[in-house]
Amino acid sequence: MDDDRTAAVAIGRGVSKRFAPDAPMALDAVDIAILPGRMTGLVGPDGAGKTTLIRMLAGLIAPDSGDVTVTGVPVDRVDRSLIGYMPQRFGLYEDLTVIENLRLYADLRALPLEERADRFARLLEFTDLARFRNRLAGKLSGGMKQKLGLACALVRDPALLLLDEPGVGVDPVSRRELWALVRGLVGDGIGVLWSTAYLDEAEQCDTVFLLSEGRVLHSGLPEDLTGRAAGRIWQAPVEQARRRAMLREALDLASVIDGAVKGDAIRLMLADGAGRDDVAMLEQVAGGPLTPATPRFEDAFIDLLGGGPGGTSALARDYRTIADDGGAAIEAVGLTKRFGDFTAASDICFSVPRGQVFGLLGPNGAGKSTTFKMLCGLLTPTEGTGSVAGKDLRHARADARQSLGYMAQKFSLYGDLSVRQNLRFFAGAYGLSGRAAADAIDRMIAIFHLEGQVDVNSGGLPLGFRQRLALACAVMHQPPVLFLDEPTSGVDPIVRREFWSHINGLVERGVSVLVTTHFMEEAEYCDRIALIYRAEQIATGTPDELKAQVGRPDATMEDAFIALIEASDARRQAA
Amino acid sequence: MIGPRLRAIILKEILAVLRDPRARLILIAPPLIQFFLFGFASTMEVNNIRVGVLDLDGGQWSREIIERLAASPNVRQVVALRSDDELRAAIDRQRVIAALRFDPHFSADVAARRGAMVGAVYDGRRSNAAQIVSGYVERIVGEVGASAVPRMMAGRGGRSLASHWFNPNLEYMLFVMPALVAVIAAVSALAVVVQSVARERELGTFDQLMVSPLRVHEILVGKMLPPMLVGLVNVTLFVILLPSVFRVPLTGSLPLFYLALLFYLLALTGLGMLISTLSATQQQAFLGMFAVVVPMIILSGYASPIDNMPGWLQVVTWINPTAWFLTISEGTFLKAMPPGQMLANIWPLALIAAGSTLAASALFRSRME
Repeated sequence: MDDDRTAAVAIGRGVSKRFAPDAPMALDAVDIAILPGRMTGLVGPDGAGKTTLIRMLAGLIAPDSGDVTVTGVPVDRVDRSLIGYMPQRFGLYEDLTVIENLRLYADLRALPLEERADRFARLLEFTDLARFRNRLAGKLSGGMKQKLGLACALVRDPALLLLDEPGVGVDPVSRRELWALVRGLVGDGIGVLWSTAYLDEAEQCDTVFLLSEGRVLHSGLPEDLTGRAAGRIWQAPVEQARRRAMLREALDLASVIDGAVKGDAIRLMLADGAGRDDVAMLEQVAGGPLTPATPRFEDAFIDLLGGGPGGTSALARDYRTIADDGGAAIEAVGLTKRFGDFTAASDICFSVPRGQVFGLLGPNGAGKSTTFKMLCGLLTPTEGTGSVAGKDLRHARADARQSLGYMAQKFSLYGDLSVRQNLRFFAGAYGLSGRAAADAIDRMIAIFHLEGQVDVNSGGLPLGFRQRLALACAVMHQPPVLFLDEPTSGVDPIVRREFWSHINGLVERGVSVLVTTHFMEEAEYCDRIALIYRAEQIATGTPDELKAQVGRPDATMEDAFIALIEASDARRQAA
Repeated sequence: MIGPRLRAIILKEILAVLRDPRARLILIAPPLIQFFLFGFASTMEVNNIRVGVLDLDGGQWSREIIERLAASPNVRQVVALRSDDELRAAIDRQRVIAALRFDPHFSADVAARRGAMVGAVYDGRRSNAAQIVSGYVERIVGEVGASAVPRMMAGRGGRSLASHWFNPNLEYMLFVMPALVAVIAAVSALAVVVQSVARERELGTFDQLMVSPLRVHEILVGKMLPPMLVGLVNVTLFVILLPSVFRVPLTGSLPLFYLALLFYLLALTGLGMLISTLSATQQQAFLGMFAVVVPMIILSGYASPIDNMPGWLQVVTWINPTAWFLTISEGTFLKAMPPGQMLANIWPLALIAAGSTLAASALFRSRME
């Protein structure tokens, strides 16, 4: 390690940062070293301290204690042109064209005029943006924006390249391209730091720093961490209708510390020290043989955090049973939305029966949000109809709304209101009053362990608690239908597991769920999925049916996603 | 009976105003700042004045005038001057705002009924204050003259004695404070209401609100009530402070004043909702508010009388709620406006309120997507 340190492009030693005297530590004695020619991953959930650490390495904020050196020089005195930094947002000037953005960054970084033509040509070729040189940056797709951001960070050959969540807002296809581009740079000897909240990206890095609540939980090879779950991951095929119940039963066993639905199978992690007997017992629960599975980085992270939650959801236990009236819980019939001559969604058709989870997948801007919004009544469809719990959205809007619970991406709660005030508002908004409202609020506080936080402003809560509160506000009135818009973006895997154990429990009670997501593992929880691309519904089926279309037995959800999109592009070009 | 949904949103909107530090500032700061600003500015000008006196006479009548001057509540100090040079220097250096000069034979002239003269020098650099002081001096000298020569008032003096009804001393504050009520109500209510929808849009809570079973009218009532309450509290504060602290006479009908206030606030919040519904961010909403509030105040007659504006602009002021309410406020505080006159100014306000509220709800409905 000492030898590595002398060769490192950037080193942080014992850096700590606290933003307010009574705030928790944003970074707590973090050690990090970024080596040239290696892809270093900075992994962790939102709020773990990733951006703070990156900004420190870029010399934008000073640590309270500890020191940062880049190429052996303290970061506040280093030649800034050695550092390429791509911030998460606001890195580009959206009202300037691609080439103007490059010129601006070249000016800012004092790239000599005679080198520019040559350098711009190379960067545009490298990022495949030459065709778009005169397009406004604001009009580029998410993936292209990130490529341009990368090009801007590379206008002068940096020794250190800092990328703050380059994968956010980018569809899996573009993400793979971006990853390949950066990999190429690593080959040239640049030290790259790639930060991400996606744990599957961590597995592909050469070195990983796993950050959680400001502390480094693991540093080194990703395999070293993944290794701790070796031999404890098992998979059992189950009948589709039974998989949620099975997962719940399995998770309630003391020997199982984590588990998730994987298409037509459940995937479990056994406790350290579990033996043959435990596996045999599980086989009894599953009603079939268990097969060992490859441990993933996420498994190890969960193990490190002490395992996931149990299987039985307290929320579901108290929830009413939704009666089966034979009709579809959510139905979309030829839903189309046009804004002027732009079609945002075209002829979307699907139907979700009672007690099922339906997923909407697709790249950003492809039309999944538009579809989602038409179904929950936020947008009026240009053509077609949508209904929720048998109520037409156009004619019985208020009734339809009473039967749905809604939870959105950024946990849209009132940040200046306390936890209790938020709960009270949503109870009232859904027509609960008096005793019924008070009972519902008390129940939510108990179920989601919010006792210590009732008087705290919800804006000041840690992300995990905000997510719980958002779910509490959405289900307090026990709706038969739930709309979830990227419900677990950025939260740590434990919180995500807990969230899905509640959702699975509710679904067993007969609740129907429509969910949009970017997380491929979240897609696995769905009974059926519709893939939306360029406003069209290009594929619909169970997760396993979609995976089967790739033609490889071990295909992941992400492989399926990419294969289906590429096939759609090929069809469009042929036409 | 208010249903649970309406109750929930009203409570939420009130809390949103009270718990957001920025909104709280908007609530308290502008009225307080204006209050003290105007309060102090006006006391500095009219009261606390120093008057110089060069008494070359030293007789009974010059002393009488000087004593009365010193006893006036507006005069802080009477400065005795000893020569014309001293008088000039005192005005030059702004030690005094006015100086009186009594000729050596002043009392003798009065006694002989020859028509005595008092010389007065005012500091023209402070023209407003000087004019008011000149009013005081003239009155005091006139009174003394009248008591010395009882026939003088009715006599052939030939001088007109102006007397200002409603505001005998032309006290700036008596005139400006009732007008300020209209301005404060506009600024405080608008500042709160323009944020209400824009804030939710910016923070992303608006969708959450729209998917809830809250009806449009419930959302509108919930969002318009707190700003109206804020306006009501601010104005009530002024209604209490104006007569008690600033001694502005409250002479009109208070119930009619509050009826007018209700329509005025409704008109304002409707207008604010229009701005808020059209804004995507809080910043846009704030800029939108200033774009509206400044012309509203200028065209209200607060700064310059509407009668002096060109004809077409006077027509524009008909749809300006501040103009109508300004008339009502001045009528209530100074003029003892009769109820019929009040009502004649209230019904246009009611029309404007209905128009702006309907427009706001129509726009809100159409922009629900």
